[in-house]
Amino acid sequence: MSTTLLVSIISTAVVYAVTVLYAAIGEIFAERAGVMNLGLEGIMLMGAVSGYLVAVHRQNLALAMLTVVIVGAALGLVFAFLTVSLQSDQTVAGMAMLTFGTGLSGFIGKGVSGVNANLAFNPIAIPGLSRIPVIGPSLFNQSILVYVMYLIVPLSMIYLYKTRAGMILRALGENPAALDSAGYNVYALRYAYVIFGSVMTAVSGACISLDYTNFWSDGMTSGKGWIAVALVVFAAWNPLIAVFGGLLFGAISIIGIDIQMYFPQVPSQFFSALPYVATIIALIFTTGNFRKRRSSAPAALTIPYDRESR
Amino acid sequence: MRGRVYIKKRTGVPTWYRILNPVLFVMLALVFSGIFLTAVGFNPLTVYAKMLKTICSPSGLVRSIEAGMPLMLTGLAVAFGYRMNLNNIGAEGQYALGAVFCVGFALYGPVMPPLLKIIGMFIAAALGGAAASLIAAIPKAFWGVNETILTMMLNYIFLYVLNFLMYGPWKMLNQMVAQTRIIDERYWLPEIGHTGINSVLIIIILLAAALQFFHTKTTRGYQMEVIRRSPRAAQYAGMSVARNILMVLGVSGAIAGLAGFAQVAGIIHRVQADLPNNAGYTGIVVAFLAGLNPLVCLLVGFFFGALQISAVAVQITGVPSQVAMMIQGSIMLFVIAGEFFIRNQFVRRKTTEGGADA
Amino acid sequence: MSSPIIEMRQITKTFGPVTANSGVNLEIYPGEIHALLGENGAGKSTLMNVLTGTYAPDGGEIYYKGKRADIRTPKDAVALGIGMVHQHFRLIPTLTVAENVFLNSGSKRFFLKKDKIEREINECAKKFNLAVDASAYVWQLSVGEQQRVEIVKLLYQGAEILILDEPSAVLTPQEAQHMFDTLRKMADDGKAVIVISHKMNEVMNNADRITVMKNGMVGDTMLAKDATVNRLTEAVVGVTAGTQKRSLDRAPGKDIIFAMEAVSAQNDRNLPALRGISFYIRKGEIFGIAGVAGNGQRELAEVIAGLRPVSGGQIRMHGKDITKTSVKERINAGISFIPEDRMTTGLIPELDMKQNLILKHFNTEKYSRRGVLLQEQMQKDAEAYTEAYEIKHAGVSYPVGLMSGGNQQKLLFAREVAGDPELIVAAYPVRGLDIGAAEAIRSILMEQSWKGAAVVFISEELEEIFTLCDRVGVLCDGELMGIREIGQTDIMEIGRLMTGETGTGSSEPAADGKGGDS
Repeated sequence: MSTTLLVSIISTAVVYAVTVLYAAIGEIFAERAGVMNLGLEGIMLMGAVSGYLVAVHRQNLALAMLTVVIVGAALGLVFAFLTVSLQSDQTVAGMAMLTFGTGLSGFIGKGVSGVNANLAFNPIAIPGLSRIPVIGPSLFNQSILVYVMYLIVPLSMIYLYKTRAGMILRALGENPAALDSAGYNVYALRYAYVIFGSVMTAVSGACISLDYTNFWSDGMTSGKGWIAVALVVFAAWNPLIAVFGGLLFGAISIIGIDIQMYFPQVPSQFFSALPYVATIIALIFTTGNFRKRRSSAPAALTIPYDRESR
Repeated sequence: MRGRVYIKKRTGVPTWYRILNPVLFVMLALVFSGIFLTAVGFNPLTVYAKMLKTICSPSGLVRSIEAGMPLMLTGLAVAFGYRMNLNNIGAEGQYALGAVFCVGFALYGPVMPPLLKIIGMFIAAALGGAAASLIAAIPKAFWGVNETILTMMLNYIFLYVLNFLMYGPWKMLNQMVAQTRIIDERYWLPEIGHTGINSVLIIIILLAAALQFFHTKTTRGYQMEVIRRSPRAAQYAGMSVARNILMVLGVSGAIAGLAGFAQVAGIIHRVQADLPNNAGYTGIVVAFLAGLNPLVCLLVGFFFGALQISAVAVQITGVPSQVAMMIQGSIMLFVIAGEFFIRNQFVRRKTTEGGADA
Repeated sequence: MSSPIIEMRQITKTFGPVTANSGVNLEIYPGEIHALLGENGAGKSTLMNVLTGTYAPDGGEIYYKGKRADIRTPKDAVALGIGMVHQHFRLIPTLTVAENVFLNSGSKRFFLKKDKIEREINECAKKFNLAVDASAYVWQLSVGEQQRVEIVKLLYQGAEILILDEPSAVLTPQEAQHMFDTLRKMADDGKAVIVISHKMNEVMNNADRITVMKNGMVGDTMLAKDATVNRLTEAVVGVTAGTQKRSLDRAPGKDIIFAMEAVSAQNDRNLPALRGISFYIRKGEIFGIAGVAGNGQRELAEVIAGLRPVSGGQIRMHGKDITKTSVKERINAGISFIPEDRMTTGLIPELDMKQNLILKHFNTEKYSRRGVLLQEQMQKDAEAYTEAYEIKHAGVSYPVGLMSGGNQQKLLFAREVAGDPELIVAAYPVRGLDIGAAEAIRSILMEQSWKGAAVVFISEELEEIFTLCDRVGVLCDGELMGIREIGQTDIMEIGRLMTGETGTGSSEPAADGKGGDS
């Protein structure tokens, strides 16, 4: 395999991983808090379209990202209101977010569909590091969104496992009643993490429209929201494993295309389905009750917290 | 500090309120969608009027029913699972596999007398859907693995199976579009009279009626209800929860698979890439809005079908067709919120009750 | 003795029409282990929840070191150094011991300093001989270890007054002894320890003072060294010594319907709950199971009904081994079961009366034909039961959750005695019922025994056992301490057996030697 091919595979896998990792890490936080948002795909699309709209009309990336964050927060607020305050079924509410986000993004994005924004996140070569053979051009000649992810991963691990707030978060999805009796506000915490997850998901969408593909078309995230949901389960709700999972999923999707050239008899759909098969197997082995170990899934996931029915 | 009004769980909700509540929140959703329509520069009233006119026209009505039929079936499928607290969100994949089995049998199965062949296609579609759901049901029933995530992941796998066949071996020759060829005309279900509505609708209505009968009148339906309300009471009465999980998810998948049969035998007579086109996910909402009642699922399925058809109609006036999905999404959000007021009510505190509420 | 650290004066707490505490006075001294003894519903937990700020009392005052204390929330109680280990632990299984302790410490530090916390925990644990591994995850710990974590949590919070709600309920005897040793160390260190319990022997052996509660009031307070079984039994059970003969004269049949031999079983936590239980019941006999709740009654009832597997021994019905049969087979064999939690297991509150009455018989020919329910039959029976058992409800199609407790229990009995079962297991059937309903339930049981049913009657009320039963077996810590003919024993003897004193006779040989173990 030539070096250029290797570089292209690695760098494409990194970009692929980053586009789903924003959403996946956000969702890890939300699910750790006990709220499962199956509407990621819809929120991602809203992030993608709102960023792109601002990019086209205002030609300002900073403003575009600000809009993406606001849109993500607004959708997260709606979802939190439904699932935390009104205690609606999280699956059904997730489907509503999915449909609403998909529909609204297509609707308001009609005008910029296929329009070139002439504005995108360009790769920035990091002086020095980008000179390292193979690793340099594939890891350190990327856009700012990728570099921010390099920071988010260690920060999220530190937050989750080394800080008091992270410890509270881990407790939140396990036993909200215990937290409540220890004097923490379960409702407020869940709102915060659901909104955080939604903002991260919207940023994922912006990664796709403003960086990865650099255009907008209806339904363009093409299942990446679901990949993010799968990744959360695959990673057993751990951001670091999610990184490896994201790279693996990315590599599979890219190598799948390359391998096809060598093995044309193996259908591309086989490779596309692999991440999902892997996730199912991982899910059964990490949460099935035939094991003596406890399940890694947060125990209170999808269960609305109602103080009175304790 | 608490106000004088507090929230209380409702006991016993009158039927009129159960009906009025969603209607009210659908209205609110239309107002909400109107904001976006106005923002993009359309007059919501004109758009809604045009949509309504389309649905009320004879051809619009027929097409609405056609578009609604797969949604009715996926709705019935999801509702069936929910009747035992099983989150089957895999109707999308079950629909896909049902369609694959059905069209496979139609195109590559033995040549048979039409009626037998159609029955065979029906069974094939049901088996395909059931097979897809049982893959999730087994880990759920025996090891307690979360069926929501399982069925969700399987959706993608079966969509890839479908698309592999559509782009690959089953692709109609000399065609750009990824789809199978049309099945033999002898195996089509006839339309009802000269209405233009395919008789597969009758099968769907009968199915819904049968499900309603099943839930209210049979011992199996009774067992589902007991397990849904109290798994402990079910064990106490000697029922097997695991066996019922397999049964319910299997049947739920089979019903979703029948959406494939509806397409192949009744509507498009072939299978295309990405055929389910989110019908499985919409089915979740259909089931929910229908309050898990099979007969109401038909109405809600039709309603969403009509929304899609009327949205296509307003496209001519420049409104993006995505308006359907946007309205559908708003309706879902609002009706879900409204459901809270079916479960709860605001009550005015009568007198001061001391500070005993902790 | 020094002055009390806590004084509760005239505490009154009502829940709707129920008075849980009425004019309760309690003094707690530093350096003592104080036991609160009493039956379920005597008001022990309510009183302690008032002390920890969970419930606001309707009346009364609390004094801390002689000064009036205003405890309104759990936070106020924690600030005074009052902490409680609840019966259901409030630990987070996916966090480590140190993290769980830190979570409740009220610290506002941003970063976790695990080694520092772990060191502090280990110091604290060493001081009181509380072996806990601070870096272990809670899910890895045994129940006994989890309880120690709960105690460490309180100590780390700086608790001076520790309350433990039935701490030995989830422990093995060895673990329980170890725990009491630890509590003793803490008392010696000057802390006040309050233990809620309903086990007389453990209280007498481990406490300094004992307060007995009965019907929401303090029955008696004594030094543990002054306590005798008689005095405690009298205070707990609430009757003066004396024999009450059963008020029936009828002789049960001779045929042995049901027998258990050396049956052992485990509880939900996989600890031994039943140890070598042997007894038999004859046709038409009412066999009482006396004992303080939580000594294996639930497990015994579930083993008979087939809901819980046995880990040893044999169960026979008419001499036939049914040890391995399913719930369904036992229902078909004529075993009826009135579970203690009628609203979650026995009945389904959301369903109506018709649906509830067919719960066990929906598949029989009476209620279904080819898988279709016979609605008219259901309606007819619902109406018939309504009349026969005088069940009051808004209609047979209303959810039974809306019915009163007494009417629910009547419905449950109506279903369970329909078809004249051979064996009825009734667990605390009149608990929480008003006098009228309780009387109706008792007469249904009586009537069934006349018709020839064998009845296992599980109760904490000795008086009730003495009026209703032919024979009584006493459960203590999963063992049958003895079986007595009602006519040849008295409440005091049964009370002694409840405390674990075997006295004269040990467990009766199976079925008087001819229990069908041919």
